[in-house]
Amino acid sequence: MAKKKSKEDYYLASQWTLMARKLKKHKLARVSFLILAILYIAALFADFLAPYGLEEFDGLYKNTAPTNIYSVYEGEHIGPYVLKITKSINKTDFTVTIGEDLSEYYKIKFFVHGTPYKILGFIPCDLHLFGVGEGSKGGTGAKIFLFGADSLGRDIFSRVLLGARISLTIPFASAIISFFLGILIGSISGYFGGVTDIIIQRIIEVIGAVPQIPLWMALSAAIPPGISTIKMYFYMTLILSFINWTGMARVVRGKFLSLKNEDYVMAARISGVSTWKIIWKHLVPGFMSYLIVSMTLGIPGSIVGETSMSYLGLGIKSPATSWGVLLQEASSVTDIASHPHKLIPIIFVTITVLAYNFLGDGLRDAADPYK
Amino acid sequence: MEALKNFFRKDLVQYIIKRILMFIPTLLLISILVFFVIQLPPGDYVSAHISALASEGELVDADYAASMRADYGLDLPVWQQYIKWVKDIIWTPTDTPYYRLYHSHHNWKFSFAYGRDVWSVINDRLGITIGVTAIIMLFQYLVSLPIAVYASTHQYSVGDYISSIIGFIGTAIPNFILAIVLMYLSYKWTGSANVGLFSQEMLLNGVHLYNFGEFLKRMIIPIIVIGTSGTCGIIRSVRAQMLDEVARQYVLTARAKGVSEGKIVMKYCFRAAMNPTVSGLGGVLSSLFSGSTVTAMVLNMQIQGPVLYKALQSQDMYLAGGIVMVQAILVVVGILLSDIALAFLDPRIRYSGGGR
Repeated sequence: MAKKKSKEDYYLASQWTLMARKLKKHKLARVSFLILAILYIAALFADFLAPYGLEEFDGLYKNTAPTNIYSVYEGEHIGPYVLKITKSINKTDFTVTIGEDLSEYYKIKFFVHGTPYKILGFIPCDLHLFGVGEGSKGGTGAKIFLFGADSLGRDIFSRVLLGARISLTIPFASAIISFFLGILIGSISGYFGGVTDIIIQRIIEVIGAVPQIPLWMALSAAIPPGISTIKMYFYMTLILSFINWTGMARVVRGKFLSLKNEDYVMAARISGVSTWKIIWKHLVPGFMSYLIVSMTLGIPGSIVGETSMSYLGLGIKSPATSWGVLLQEASSVTDIASHPHKLIPIIFVTITVLAYNFLGDGLRDAADPYK
Repeated sequence: MEALKNFFRKDLVQYIIKRILMFIPTLLLISILVFFVIQLPPGDYVSAHISALASEGELVDADYAASMRADYGLDLPVWQQYIKWVKDIIWTPTDTPYYRLYHSHHNWKFSFAYGRDVWSVINDRLGITIGVTAIIMLFQYLVSLPIAVYASTHQYSVGDYISSIIGFIGTAIPNFILAIVLMYLSYKWTGSANVGLFSQEMLLNGVHLYNFGEFLKRMIIPIIVIGTSGTCGIIRSVRAQMLDEVARQYVLTARAKGVSEGKIVMKYCFRAAMNPTVSGLGGVLSSLFSGSTVTAMVLNMQIQGPVLYKALQSQDMYLAGGIVMVQAILVVVGILLSDIALAFLDPRIRYSGGGR
């Protein structure tokens, strides 16, 4: 009986239920989805999770390696604490030695008050998940930098979280814009065919044939200087979608070419259904899953693209930050040799890109109706 | 032999001619896009050039500036500027004072930043760019095809996951960071960062057989960095195609008839899966050209990308336009070649006149 029920379920299940079921089988895709969910939630609550604000800096901590966290102080177990650092300069060769001030400890506290911010952009708040309070002897000035500090003494951990907002959402938003542009233009090209198709195909070929770097450069050079971060964000999204819609349009066109002569389309046309209704109601849903896969697979490219653009100084500019801006600090061999901790943001880029790739692969396998 | 003779029949020649004719409007559109892209940033080269001269303390008289502006047609309406730009890239007017000052014999417009005509600047690096790109492309396919075939015949196995991760890692790490890290490691382990494609000695004497090994050694980092950034796409598309093919009925038939598994995979499925791969060659070429720019800047490689970057930065519009046009032509020729290869592989395409 139970077996019959499950069989019935299988035959009655919608396309999306079947996809979800198959997706569960792809372990790597499941893990990737989880990782991406965590990253996006972390980006959403970045202000709370980050101990410091975007522009907070401390000159003493310039270029310092990740802060050491201890738990035993003078033979006594007191829970996690950090020490204040000391800097001494050798007067003969001007080398800087960084030491730790052992005279007092600073306990790591949870839910501390710090830089004010707005939850989701409108609820004012100044609570942070963790931070460092006063020292055991009332001293101040110790900082906790989980991933170390950059050349201005800003917390890389906080900036990775805050930068994730831009690095994770610009590619996503531009993927959605190119998704709609691609469907619109691809469907026009594939459905109408003829001269329209030839013209659109040439345009796609042209955008594909021009190297991306000059396109980026020219488009971002055209962005007026000194605009607000939000506008910059908007422009970056538009630039990435302008470059990316062509791939989607190709996929859509190919699908239309193979589907437009199917009997059900003919039937709809004979019954007097309008062209747009045929496109949106009958044709597009037929390969929507395929399109979502293409969209997912387009996102990682944009993430890396945003990073390279920001690295060249063409993208987001300080004080706003993104992962690419953070990586500018690791742009030469000497940077890496003397401050290897500045490579930490790369781990986030790599993990995100891999996760999107595996999720896209899992979706692709799941969307395949013949498996 | 017979197959080859059949291949070069009339219909194929017609097909190629048709493709070449379609290539002309594409080039025209590319030139419009390139012109538009170069015009986008505010300001123009002449004003940038004159302010640079002024900042160096050189006096620029208004007549000279005006004659330069007239030379470059900067005050004409946009469409006339475009026509002039295209005309000037192909034939340069010979009667302007500016031309007489700098030009010797070539027909290409002068590049400000290099003090030479555009074609000689492009020519300097064209050969090495094509060579490097070809080597990297070869590497990409040599690495990604076996991985893709293995991954598709062992779907969802540990090997599938591991080989996919290896294939994807190059895409996941931005090129410039990978290049810097590899340079650092190379410096740490071998004592030389292997920066640039040529050693001092090669620049003096040229690349010969005896120092070819050194050249190859210097190619290792570029090959890894640029090559691995593209393997992911190839692995994915070939794996997907292979997975579609191995599920087909003819595979079942072949297996039932006792054809060996290796022969089924290599002779039938792989050949069928190669079609979309071959048609993707043009795209791979294009992504190699733009993907290599940042890496080439970091690694100080003597290829075209960094020159283009600088030309765009200084709004050297004839040089930038020339390079982009040459690269675009190479990509379109690549697409054309891959279409012809596709027609050779797949008889359906050459009989239907080639619908892409």
